Amino acid sequence: MIKKTDNLNKNKIISRRLFVLVAAKIGLLGIVTSRLYNLQISEKQKYEVLSDKNRIREWKTPPQRGIITDYFNNVIADNQRVYQVHLSLEEVSNFNNSIFKLKNIISLKEDEIKKIYEKKEKSKPWDTLIISENLSWNEFSKLNLYLHELDGAKPVLSTSRYYPYSNDLVHVVGYVGDATIQDIQNKKKIEENFVPGLKVGKIGIENSKDIDLIGNHGTKRYEVNASGKKISEISYNKETQGENLRTTIDLEIQQLAQELLKNQAGSICVMDIYTGEVITMASSPTYDPNKFTHGISTKDWNEIKNNKLRPLLNKSLAGLYSPGSTIKPLVALAALEYGIIDTKFKVNCEGHDHPYELYGERYHCWKKNGHGLMSMRNAIKQSCDIYFYEVARLLGVDKLSLIAKRYGLGSKVLEDFFSEEKKGIVPSTKWKKQVLEQSWYLGETVITGIGQGYIQTTPLQLCLMTAQLANGGYKIKPNLIYDKEIDLDKIKSKIESEKNKSVSQKILKDHEFKHYERLYRNQNNLKLVLDAMYGSTNEQFGTSFRSRHKEDKYKFAGKTGTSQVKRITDQDRELDLDLDEIEYKSRDHALFIAFAPYDKPRYSLSVLIEHGGSGSKAAAPLANKLIKKILDRHELREKIRKDLKNIA
Amino acid sequence: MILSTSLNSTSYSFIDKLKAVDYFLIIIVAIIGSMSVFSIYSTESGNFSFYTKNHLTRFLVFFFMFLVLSFVRVSFWYRQAYIFYILGILLLILVIFFGISASGSKRWINFFIMNLQPSELMKIAIIVCFARYYHRIQSSDIQSYKYLLQPIILLLIPCYLVITQPDLGTAILIAGSGLAIIWLAGLNLKYFIYSGLILLVSLPFVISILKPYQKSRILTFFNPDRDPLGAGYQIIQSKIAIGSGGLLGKGFLQGTQSYLEFLPEKHTDFIFTLFSEEFGFAGSMVLILLYALLIYRIIRIGFSSRSFFAKLYCFGFASALFLYIFVNIAMVVGLLPIVGAPLPIMSYGGSSMLSIMLGLGIVMSCKIYSRDPIGN
Repeated sequence: MIKKTDNLNKNKIISRRLFVLVAAKIGLLGIVTSRLYNLQISEKQKYEVLSDKNRIREWKTPPQRGIITDYFNNVIADNQRVYQVHLSLEEVSNFNNSIFKLKNIISLKEDEIKKIYEKKEKSKPWDTLIISENLSWNEFSKLNLYLHELDGAKPVLSTSRYYPYSNDLVHVVGYVGDATIQDIQNKKKIEENFVPGLKVGKIGIENSKDIDLIGNHGTKRYEVNASGKKISEISYNKETQGENLRTTIDLEIQQLAQELLKNQAGSICVMDIYTGEVITMASSPTYDPNKFTHGISTKDWNEIKNNKLRPLLNKSLAGLYSPGSTIKPLVALAALEYGIIDTKFKVNCEGHDHPYELYGERYHCWKKNGHGLMSMRNAIKQSCDIYFYEVARLLGVDKLSLIAKRYGLGSKVLEDFFSEEKKGIVPSTKWKKQVLEQSWYLGETVITGIGQGYIQTTPLQLCLMTAQLANGGYKIKPNLIYDKEIDLDKIKSKIESEKNKSVSQKILKDHEFKHYERLYRNQNNLKLVLDAMYGSTNEQFGTSFRSRHKEDKYKFAGKTGTSQVKRITDQDRELDLDLDEIEYKSRDHALFIAFAPYDKPRYSLSVLIEHGGSGSKAAAPLANKLIKKILDRHELREKIRKDLKNIA
Repeated sequence: MILSTSLNSTSYSFIDKLKAVDYFLIIIVAIIGSMSVFSIYSTESGNFSFYTKNHLTRFLVFFFMFLVLSFVRVSFWYRQAYIFYILGILLLILVIFFGISASGSKRWINFFIMNLQPSELMKIAIIVCFARYYHRIQSSDIQSYKYLLQPIILLLIPCYLVITQPDLGTAILIAGSGLAIIWLAGLNLKYFIYSGLILLVSLPFVISILKPYQKSRILTFFNPDRDPLGAGYQIIQSKIAIGSGGLLGKGFLQGTQSYLEFLPEKHTDFIFTLFSEEFGFAGSMVLILLYALLIYRIIRIGFSSRSFFAKLYCFGFASALFLYIFVNIAMVVGLLPIVGAPLPIMSYGGSSMLSIMLGLGIVMSCKIYSRDPIGN
């Protein structure tokens, strides 16, 4: 049927056509080969990385927080072993069921469960959820017993922050809590080391030194399969602990201070007048920072928040008070430095019947019967108001303001170390113009002279002021964290060289001072003021005479202060009520500043009792006990100082 | 043996037949076959269990079948070509009524010993059928409308049946194989160009009748990152696996992408990916070379055959085989959309293995009975 010729023809066609097809095949094969070459040779690295990204998953392990100690190496913020239960979400078949079972084994409150569900919403499917951060041993052992019924639940031994001296140091050390979105955004270190359940400092040193304390997270690398199940551990880069911090605090003095302030609202600050080390910074009432570590309960929080004595307020540096008579040594110093008065200058104090009068306005002394003819020394010693009304009037508020700022008022003592620290107010004519847009009245100068009116200070500022008076008038650098750069011997020799430096009249102008620079014009002026303070504590009629130490080695000098909370009316003066008869909120704040030992000053302190009445009755007696303790511990502290210096 | 003693004029002694066997081709098939067993073994993370056992059994059974079929006279296939085609169509229709569904498509018929996928058989049937069809047509008649229309209808019926299963990949392979033979038979180039243009024009219409998953696959092909965890996942993971294999691969049983389950369908369509991840560029080249050799041997057999039927069949099967291999590899390296096409011999799957071995059996019979004139 088929002709031979046609067959030949067809064979020719098919060969030709096959040739075309084979050529096409070779072309296509070339494309596939070059594609494979491209994937496997040219872009190998890219795909290798992608493959590793696929199969390797990293888990961050939480960093360990650094330990905080006091100056004597007593641990004041520790890491404690805690029992926790974590839930590995990818291993949980039924989340609701798991939570229900866990609820029956460990006690979970309704609001805790609500929080767990909220956390779950934000988690990724392979995340681990912390169900409970702090289980009791009973709960933990019970959990282990029922573990086989709880898929995905893992008992975990972890560490958490623990404050062994709970209430005593909360205003210094602060506390930690869960990192918030803001914490993560604000601090790069937190962002880098964030793991679920990471605790960060909320206030105090924990917050200020968070970056040093936090440490570095570890990394565990696992091989996982496509559904995210861990197959094997590939590597473990261990987490590291944050820096350990030594504070300048003396735990024992701090504890004594807190004890002395018990059941009262107030503050006690103690400072080394040369090194500026804050040895004690007590604020009362306090609260337990341990309650915040795992999230504070609403009940506890409300209790703290609603306490009328305001435990959350760090009164030492965020509480603002009129300094009252504690300002008087500074007023006297300013007047002497500017040559407004000399030691012979006297003012007569004649009691309530003959008050100080200015443009028809009457200003009374606190002493009903008057002090009589007062010299500067006596006026400080007996705290005569009339004398200082007159001196302030002669001095003027602007000069007073300049000297007050120089000695530490009106600015933050610890700079920006604590976010809550307040600057206070040192008023001047310029200040009033700028802030209140009013002109200054002379009457305001007069009351500023006894530390009333606009002037506002923190207890720590008063402590620093006392320190800078007691050290002979040199600017120091207050600090709360041990700093090997701050060396006592160096400071003392620097001060010695400053002492002989000649100064011009410019020193009485507004001027920026460096650390350890001299602040005074004439050293005798300072000596006079300090001597008056000695009189105030150690001589009869001195306002803190009853709180003196008779033993030479404990002898100290101080100045009482009573800060009015409200204006005293003539009627009040008439009634002359006892403290108990006045409503708490209307009672005066009691203040006391001091330095010790008198002959070779080394420490300054300030005591404040909110609504405690008079400084001599409520505040000065506390100083008596404190100073004994401070001086008793002096040798020990110096020994540690030497040891630390040798290590460095 | 009954068949070999049929009425055909040319007679062969048993020794002649053994001499005529292309042993080289058999060796290539055996090598690819053993590579496939090891690959399937690797998909099971080195456990000799279900898939490996099944695959090994199937390979051995169908390899034996291939050897037996080699001794069936080629004239038998010529005579039964249309029956084969009709059987294929009947089976495809049977699928519609009695088919088993899996992952959204109805492709298989349960034959107790195995689930048969008639579309796979159809891949061979269409080649045999067309080879016979063009064998009888004079070269001058090929361009006539009558002989143009008939094969197109013959091709469209199975393609339609397979597309509606739905199985776009197999339908494309069937259509491609058919077109390859029409081309080889000598149909004027202009018809291919015309139909190509018509296809281009009708493309929007074609797209509109595609199933949503098919559309998404095509869209995903153009941009795999469109849906990295959904439709694009397979392409992305396959490329990662192949790319990370590098020059020499991660080593046998060391393919993390497949071992850690990132690779989908690693037994079937993505077996090349696994192989390439574990044996790298070098291994892939070896495999591709083996396939090239296989195709070369088949073309060689075609050349040595006397009959036009045998030539057309061999060249057609060689082209089809190339098409299967190309589509599969191009698919897993991201050059073509994922359409679902197994890699001959390597992929797990009985029907695919059966059809390839059947096709190879006919090739070998063309070799053994190369002197047979057919259809006279």
